[in-house]
Amino acid sequence: MGPDATSPLNLVDLDSLLDDEERAIRDTVRELGVDRLRPHITEWFEAGTVPARDLAKQFGELGLLGMHLNGYGCAGTSVVAYGMACHELEAVDSGVRSLVSVQGSLAMFAIHRFGSEQHKEHWLPRMAAGDAIGCFGLTEADAGSDPSSMRTSARRLGAGDDADWIIDGSKLWITNGTVADVAVVWARTGDGVRGFVVPTDTPGFTAREIGHKLSLRASVTAELVLDGVRLPADAMLPAARGLGGPLSCLNEARLGIVFGALGAARDSLETAIAYAGERQVFDKPLSGYQLTQAKLADMTAELGTGMLLAVHLGRLKEAGSLAPAQVSLGKLNNVRAALKIARECRTILGASGITAEYAPLRHANNLESVLTYEGTTEVHQLVVGQALTGQSAFR
Amino acid sequence: MKIVVCVKHVPDATAKRSFDAADHTVDRAGVDGLLSELDEYAVEEALTIAAAGDGDGEVVVLTVGPEQALDAARKSLQMGAHAAVHVVDDAVHGSDAFGTSLVLAKAVEKIGSDTPVDIVLCGMASTDGAMGVVPAMLAERLGLPQVTFAAEVTIDGTKVTARRDGDVATETVEATMPLVLSVTDQINEPRYPSFKGIMAAKKKTVETWSLADLGVDPSEVGLAAAWTSVQEVAARPPRSHGEVVTDDGDGGRQLVEYLAGQKLI
Ligand SMILES: Cc1cc2nc3c(=O)[nH]c(=O)nc-3n(C[C@H](O)[C@H](O)[C@H](O)COP(=O)(O)OP(=O)(O)OC[C@H]3O[C@@H](n4cnc5c(N)ncnc54)[C@H](O)[C@@H]3O)c2cc1C
Repeated sequence: MGPDATSPLNLVDLDSLLDDEERAIRDTVRELGVDRLRPHITEWFEAGTVPARDLAKQFGELGLLGMHLNGYGCAGTSVVAYGMACHELEAVDSGVRSLVSVQGSLAMFAIHRFGSEQHKEHWLPRMAAGDAIGCFGLTEADAGSDPSSMRTSARRLGAGDDADWIIDGSKLWITNGTVADVAVVWARTGDGVRGFVVPTDTPGFTAREIGHKLSLRASVTAELVLDGVRLPADAMLPAARGLGGPLSCLNEARLGIVFGALGAARDSLETAIAYAGERQVFDKPLSGYQLTQAKLADMTAELGTGMLLAVHLGRLKEAGSLAPAQVSLGKLNNVRAALKIARECRTILGASGITAEYAPLRHANNLESVLTYEGTTEVHQLVVGQALTGQSAFR
Repeated sequence: MKIVVCVKHVPDATAKRSFDAADHTVDRAGVDGLLSELDEYAVEEALTIAAAGDGDGEVVVLTVGPEQALDAARKSLQMGAHAAVHVVDDAVHGSDAFGTSLVLAKAVEKIGSDTPVDIVLCGMASTDGAMGVVPAMLAERLGLPQVTFAAEVTIDGTKVTARRDGDVATETVEATMPLVLSVTDQINEPRYPSFKGIMAAKKKTVETWSLADLGVDPSEVGLAAAWTSVQEVAARPPRSHGEVVTDDGDGGRQLVEYLAGQKLI
């Protein structure tokens, strides 16, 4: 790098938008990434797994799990601090960030927002500490973008509100599924879709890991089977009725992704800038060519504007005025931008870029999953389209 | 138990560092600083000692340095220290180890004026100056026993037992509190500040003292009082290419001759 080289996010002076606490949290997660995650990430990705229990414990000690929730052992940070933590984790790998998103924003958030006092007291402190891992079961083999077509069902065993529940069905693509102690499972009931807190050691509950993934390899993805799983009446989340319940959890996690995906992009870009500075082609560094600089400048503009959008949406959320279509806009833009950046960075690395030694292609592979989960690109286009036109084009 | 940890704010070693053109001191304003990594071990050790026993130990961090030096104290507070003292005074600028140890000693005495200090903890050296003499000077000025370069510490009542690893032997040293203790980077693994710690740090007390508050005469410290002076600074020349040995059948011999010539074997 030349004498005036700057890191890409300095050009939008991202730091000035964060308060001391947010910067300290960001720096701490970055440090943890450098010390404890980066040395192993290639190995995890190649092995197609991640030491989830061990990581959860370390993340819990730091306060990462459910960090933006209040009480029950959670740190209670700002939304933007949570976003920056996701950004730093995903700068290492989207799989590691997914572990934290699912634990904090899906499983813990569902219990925190919709659970009974007993659910909260029983599960949240252990989940915040990383002693218990959670997963979130919404998607099914034949119900992805359209969760209303889910088939998993819960019925009462007997009459009255005290009767036990019996859950039957299966869930697919469930992050943390085989390592979870507790699953938040969404099922149709006589009263619409309801959520259930299912300890994974309940008879009839099984989880099977999905192998041969080409994306998000440093993450556990599983199929859950619920075969006559019998739960007490109070296993149901009392405050979630209908699909609004799970969808609000997804909105929560999506905001983390709006920040997170660009972490993968930033890491790709930093890798590409460093590589271009060292790689000699036609007798001078690759970074000295206009074509390379055009790529780097365009990517930096995308990265910077995407982060400004992320922080802006985070602040709207802190102020309590963030609408779901705005989160969709952020996810639509930032994940797509991140994927484009990761791929473009790979071109700068040439053949070296196809090895595991360099992160951009790993990030790009991961971002294919990120593009799909938590609402696909197309689904977010439809959400934004509906907000603009007033017409629903989902069906 | 009351423990004072002396921590230093140092320029980030990964950033581009320079010297002030006028007085040849490190340009601290132009570069991001951080808590000296070697002091993190001292903070960690203090927190561990304070949490042992009945767990009511108090850890006060002490830093001497310009405005930004407060960041080093703040990081220590985020890690879990209970309170911080920041000595800031323009006259401190350019102080050498003698001057620094004087200011630290006076500040430790003042911190101990209500309840006495049991242990003064330091890192083994700063990551910028890297002299490693301040703990010994501080002990001398305070009239306390010094146990330096401890790689392991056990506390039993007021007795402190430390392991010091030398090149050829390991010593076990005992001392009685109050004492000055410096610890190496082998002693523990410093914790990351937890998010709760980061948020709690904002509410912790930070006292700001000047030399006048400590009764230190400005002429005793600072660049003018330093025992050494820097005449000239120059950037390190760029790394030159290493010596290339061409193997014409006697490569091994040439390598051995080179290594022997450098007294490496
Ligand atoms: C690695 C990974 C981890 C995951 N983790 C979880 C988890 O923890 N919990 C969980 O519940 N789920 C999880 N998912 C599932 C994820 O949320 C779904 O994959 C996602 O919602 C899309 O569903 P689908 O795969 O069934 O695709 P489909 O819904 O079948 O979509 C296929 C294609 O059709 C498009 N499409 C769908 N509807 C329309 C329409 N109306 N108009 C135009 N195009 C349309 C989609 O955009 C997509 O391009 C995970 C997925 C992955 C890949």
